[in-house]
Amino acid sequence: MHALEKILAAHAGLSEVTAGQIVTCRVDTAGVNDLYLQVLRSFEEMGGEKVRNPDRVVFFFDHYVPAPTIGAAENHKEMREFCRKQGIKNLFDIDAGVCHQILAEKGFSRPGELIVVTDSHTTTHGVFGAFGTGVGATDLATILISGEIWLRVPPVIKIVFDGRLKPYVSAKDMVLYALGKLGADIATYKAVEYAGEAVDRCSVSERMVLGNMAVEMGAKTSYIQPNQEVLDYVRSRTQKPFTVYTTDPDYKYEAEYHFDVSDLEPVVAAPSSVDNLREVAEVEGTHVDQVFVGSCTGGRLEDLRIVARVLKNKRVAEGTRLIFSPATREILAEGLREGIVQDLLAAGAVMIPPGCGPCLGTHQGLLAPGEVAITTTNRNFPGRMGSPKAQIYLASPLTCAVAALTGHITHPGRYIE
Amino acid sequence: MRGRAYVFGDNIDTDQIYPGRYLHLVKPEEIKEHVLENADPTFSRRFQPGGIVVAGRNFGCGSSREHAAITLKEAGVAAVLAESFGRIFFRNAINLGLPLMIVKGIRDKVKEGDEIEVDLESGVVTLPDGCKIQGEPLSQYILNLIRHGGIKNLYKSGYRPKPE
Repeated sequence: MHALEKILAAHAGLSEVTAGQIVTCRVDTAGVNDLYLQVLRSFEEMGGEKVRNPDRVVFFFDHYVPAPTIGAAENHKEMREFCRKQGIKNLFDIDAGVCHQILAEKGFSRPGELIVVTDSHTTTHGVFGAFGTGVGATDLATILISGEIWLRVPPVIKIVFDGRLKPYVSAKDMVLYALGKLGADIATYKAVEYAGEAVDRCSVSERMVLGNMAVEMGAKTSYIQPNQEVLDYVRSRTQKPFTVYTTDPDYKYEAEYHFDVSDLEPVVAAPSSVDNLREVAEVEGTHVDQVFVGSCTGGRLEDLRIVARVLKNKRVAEGTRLIFSPATREILAEGLREGIVQDLLAAGAVMIPPGCGPCLGTHQGLLAPGEVAITTTNRNFPGRMGSPKAQIYLASPLTCAVAALTGHITHPGRYIE
Repeated sequence: MRGRAYVFGDNIDTDQIYPGRYLHLVKPEEIKEHVLENADPTFSRRFQPGGIVVAGRNFGCGSSREHAAITLKEAGVAAVLAESFGRIFFRNAINLGLPLMIVKGIRDKVKEGDEIEVDLESGVVTLPDGCKIQGEPLSQYILNLIRHGGIKNLYKSGYRPKPE
């Protein structure tokens, strides 16, 4: 069996499962974000009275923080009341940040866990050796009632990144490259495992980028066999025990794809699909109106450091706006301690509080028709960040930083040693 | 079921089905106003309830927002047929009792406005000229959910779906 199958088997009380089988699994952590008042509506409609395992439920306010409309404020209010009434202590309110980063920082992301959140980017947690998957409101409400969810055991495809990346090429470039080569539906209904030398060399933060973007290939979850650095990270975040599963040597992957990334140059996903792969060199010179650095994909401390390094003692280009959002309160605090937040502000960047806002166009810096943005986030669908007539390029934090400096898409090679 | 086909292309993601700017809405009657708005702003005006949405690959990819399935269902979409689906959308639709089916090759064989007939049990889609296309019939587990109008109704009656 694959490690992911072993996780599902353990949670279904079975000794063995196989791809395609539908199993009912006990959920370790069920997360609800503030887009999802419908979870509460479905819970009530289905006759839910008492949440089965309140200690295993986490609420996050991240998509609408602070509340930009009265409607959003009402949703928050109702969710706070629900948590109080149901004895749900894990409510990360408007001061906390983006759910997936919080799950990692607060030690919920542990090997062997089954994590289900009302957010598609829950695939991120596979890089901690967990099974993380996103669901909608009604699915999550069934977990609140029963503590369980039905899942179809996914086949696993393996993406191997061989070689060593150039210093100005990052995990984001690597995963955008694979997405472009394989297509946005290569992993639909499947799980994606990443492996290879370039993955072995990735930090925890970079691994999270790979796991996060797996959903853009359609994946149900991702997986990277945890290394020592990942295990040390988890142990630094929680005292709770966990089980590291490993894949049997005779496990048959549905497919394997190999990419040598030694010669990979910086890439973007050009408008308006995640698999519209272009080398930065091909789109160089495209004017950008707005640069966004943030989200569960590209708002971690390492990302802010990269952007601050490019912009320290410089200015954001005239005619270009740079908006950044540290993914969580902890990242913001550390960014302040290191002085990188100050460097970015001094360069003319605008900071918004930890949250998801601009990434999905709910508030905080929407795009006007005809505008062009480059962003460290995960989706460039029409209308994703504002007007359906705006254009969005997805790129690495470094490529975004250099675009903020020059005002147009620019090969980052010249800007770092 | 029988209905008029409304045809879309590949990778119609959930932002196109239901734009992020309306995610704070909760009432189904408000959610349905914005059905497929980023894909075709005229859709909600020209759509006749009972119509069948036909699409290419990866319909419903992207975000987990249940609004995407709710807006289609509330607007009166009878079924969605596509070459493939985003998996969270697929689950959301089943949970809400919105029928959907994978039908390879459907995108090129159905034209906008065609009257088509869909048999969910057998997976057969019949075109206006009588030609039949074989889709991938849903498993009994999933058909059972759809027959009950979604998982909500099952839970209401105290039933807990068990694996096959």
